[in-house]
Amino acid sequence: MSVEIQSLDPRINRLGLHTHEPGSPDQKKRGDRHTAVGIVHAPGAELAMAYAKEQFGRRGETANLWVVDTRHVMALDYADQDMFATTPEKTYRDPGGYKVNDKIDAYREKMSHEHTP
Amino acid sequence: MNIPHKSVPIADLHREPLRQLLTALADDHLILGHRHSEWTGLGPILEEDIAFSSIAQDQMGHALGFYTLLHEHLGAPDPDIHAFTRQEAEFSCCQLVEWPIGDYDFSLTRHLFFDLAAGLRMETLSLSSFTPLAQLATKIRGEVKYHMFHAKTMVGQLGNSSDETAKARMQTAINRQFGLALGMFEPRLGEQILDDAHIAPIESKWRERWLEALNAVLDGTGLQIPDPDRIEPVFGGRNGYHTEYLQPLLHEMTEVFRLDPQAEW
Repeated sequence: MSVEIQSLDPRINRLGLHTHEPGSPDQKKRGDRHTAVGIVHAPGAELAMAYAKEQFGRRGETANLWVVDTRHVMALDYADQDMFATTPEKTYRDPGGYKVNDKIDAYREKMSHEHTP
Repeated sequence: MNIPHKSVPIADLHREPLRQLLTALADDHLILGHRHSEWTGLGPILEEDIAFSSIAQDQMGHALGFYTLLHEHLGAPDPDIHAFTRQEAEFSCCQLVEWPIGDYDFSLTRHLFFDLAAGLRMETLSLSSFTPLAQLATKIRGEVKYHMFHAKTMVGQLGNSSDETAKARMQTAINRQFGLALGMFEPRLGEQILDDAHIAPIESKWRERWLEALNAVLDGTGLQIPDPDRIEPVFGGRNGYHTEYLQPLLHEMTEVFRLDPQAEW
């Protein structure tokens, strides 16, 4: 389903404004990934950006901002959370589930002997 | 302000014209910043309220910058004293910034007119041969860039609106204050001297660039400006002649300051 957020402010609904989700780089540096920082109401992307700058870029450092129309975001329903119910049990998918360090150490050991004159 | 500073030598010939320029800039930003702040809590929606209030804060910051230059380089009093203790006739803001906020269409249009001019002024002044002014203008430029982004987007939104009433209200707001807006470019005393010294251009140069830029902004919005040659600019503000609205504003703005002028904030 796409994300349609109903506002509690009647003016927002009357004006037909929709929500946009601004994202900002994690570490405030160029090249860092953007993460969602909140919601603004606006009739379009441009004004959403104008608002996002003051809602979420008014304090501290900001390197960049983007906004996404939440109507273009597809999200699962919380009722479908059961799809993830058994995931925590699948520890073999966690990087910690592998004991690879022994193998790496053995390999290093082997290489160092081979290269010794 | 106890920050030690290096005073830059200014030729005697340039002192008074420079004082005129900086006072005009400082007073414009101070008074409009105060007017804009009157929208705080009343904006059309929360997001717009916050954005517009931030712009108001920025204007106050710019005013402080200009008052500080006057204080550090031209012997003017401390910025607070300078801003809050002068009489009405000693203010040299243009009359555009004094008018009450009116409806949002009026305030928004004024924001567009003013910040478009401010952006052009800062762009030129960032190359001023008076280095402290060039540095301040460079700093302010980025903030005004955002102000223009906001103004352009809002005005474009309303100008392109399928709601004919919104569009008509914006056009009326433009027509109503166009003479006042042209008043921003009232010639300053000794402005040619500053132009010759590459400190700041004469106002008519800024006016030409402003008209060009304004036409470009409104292009495609369904809004237009009146023929500037047929509109009488509202002058007087730069020489201390103000509307009936300035005195009540000054009274309100200085109310807290007057309680205790020596207070440390």
